[in-house]
Amino acid sequence: MTPTPTRPGPVARRGAPPARWRARHLQGWLYAAPTAVIVGVLFVVPLVLVVWMSLNRWPLLGPAQLNAPDNYTKIADNPLFLDAVAFTLKYTAIITILLSVVALGLALLVQERRPGVAFFRTAFFLPGAVGFAAAALLFYGMLNNDFGPIDPLLQAIGITDEPVKWIGTPDMALFSTIALVLWRFAGFNMLILLTGLQSIPVEVYEAARTDGASRLQIFRSITLPLLRPTLALMLILSVTGSLLAFDQFFIFTNGGPDNSTVSMVMVVYRDAFFRFDLGGAAALSVVMLVALVALNIVQMRVLRRSR
Amino acid sequence: MRYYTTMSALAVLFLFPLLWSGWSSLEEPGDYLEMARFGEGVGTYLTNSVLVSAMTVAGTLVVSALGGYAFARFDFPGKNLLFLTTLAILMVPYATILLPLYVLLGYIGLQNSLVGLSLVFVMFQLPFALFMMRNAFEAIPRELEEAALVDGCGTFRAFSRILLHAVRPALITVGLFAFLASWNDFFAPLILLNDGAKFTLPVAVVSMTQRTFGAIDYGMLQAGVMVTAVPCLILFIVLQRHYVRGFMSGALRG
Repeated sequence: MTPTPTRPGPVARRGAPPARWRARHLQGWLYAAPTAVIVGVLFVVPLVLVVWMSLNRWPLLGPAQLNAPDNYTKIADNPLFLDAVAFTLKYTAIITILLSVVALGLALLVQERRPGVAFFRTAFFLPGAVGFAAAALLFYGMLNNDFGPIDPLLQAIGITDEPVKWIGTPDMALFSTIALVLWRFAGFNMLILLTGLQSIPVEVYEAARTDGASRLQIFRSITLPLLRPTLALMLILSVTGSLLAFDQFFIFTNGGPDNSTVSMVMVVYRDAFFRFDLGGAAALSVVMLVALVALNIVQMRVLRRSR
Repeated sequence: MRYYTTMSALAVLFLFPLLWSGWSSLEEPGDYLEMARFGEGVGTYLTNSVLVSAMTVAGTLVVSALGGYAFARFDFPGKNLLFLTTLAILMVPYATILLPLYVLLGYIGLQNSLVGLSLVFVMFQLPFALFMMRNAFEAIPRELEEAALVDGCGTFRAFSRILLHAVRPALITVGLFAFLASWNDFFAPLILLNDGAKFTLPVAVVSMTQRTFGAIDYGMLQAGVMVTAVPCLILFIVLQRHYVRGFMSGALRG
């Protein structure tokens, strides 16, 4: 057997016979083929299909019929969706702010090299290993007035006198959902920020300390600026994830009470599978896709600038 | 000392829900028997979940190992386009892509199919997995590969005998992420599966709260939560190091 050269440097590249290069291309394509098939069939084709669907009257069963641009124009008459947009934006703003504060606090606490800190890191992250659906059901039981431990606990300490309507009023439903999401995702975001904190060289801190900087000064003029790229990444993930929220509202509050906690993705789901209007749901999805891509581009620009 | 008091209080806050759920599911042993008989029987859902996760993990590993090797070591036309398209999966909302996938899988006979669901999960895992594997292959010294080739191995044998061994840690990380994602996902099976006998655990356990099955049995519900959560908790604790590497690799930075 003749050995095939694997690293044709710039020199070999010029001298190599074209036939061998074609073979090399072919080999590369063969290794990449499964990726190309999966991405092509399950991502690119659906992306085209969803646009096509949005231009058609597309019932769950039965033939499709071109009706553009009806699916788009009727979005303005979909009060449930418009309310959902407002609610989802509000939820995203609240969660993103709280999550970054809590995650940053936890990351700073577990950053210190002390005995036992590994245990605390694991403890804070552990809820993140539980599936979101399971976590939502866990809270569903835990906050139940008859079955859950929280009401008796609060009453025993004397904070409340009677069972709290955890998901019974719009404000409380949002509050309880936020508690659930913080519990489930704080550790995950803490890990992201921790990678950023650990990439700050120790020497920088030492230099600041010998200069007599206080802890607050160090945090404000060293930690925070150097952490900005990681913080920006965390913000992008949190904003994107919250705008697409579904599980927590579908499982935990079921959109209630009085449709006060219906998220955008929930409306897409309802339109498609309860109102059997796949075309309308597709139009909503396309609008969300365009908005999200635009938002991501803006956020990435900001992220790059802060680097 | 104040540090440890704060940390312990926080740890209690984070661990309490898990401990409560475990405790309340065990309070009445009947809860687990009750759950075992729920719907199609918890054995069916557990089998479905295991099958879907196994297919997703295997599929993700095979596709991303081959693809990662291609992107790290070969030049071919369309290389950048394919890589960017794969990363673009991260930009597209879940619902936007699942809706047409529901229709598309219907066309090719994979609707309401565990295989179809697993393929969809493989697609969602690819941006992260491909990025991880490409970096892992790039980190292998060329000499290792060249030595194998000089010894008379073809590129595929060099790949399967030597290189795969060298990227094992990355494979474990990719496999762990693929497992956690496919085992826990709720939205994709909710949309793509419509027959109760095909449900995976999260969908089945959520259906315990739907009153068509009578009043909600909260003890049984927590037993279902535990069956779903415990495998992930154990796996995470055992493989924690590999999970954290997923973050450190910068793969999330995309």
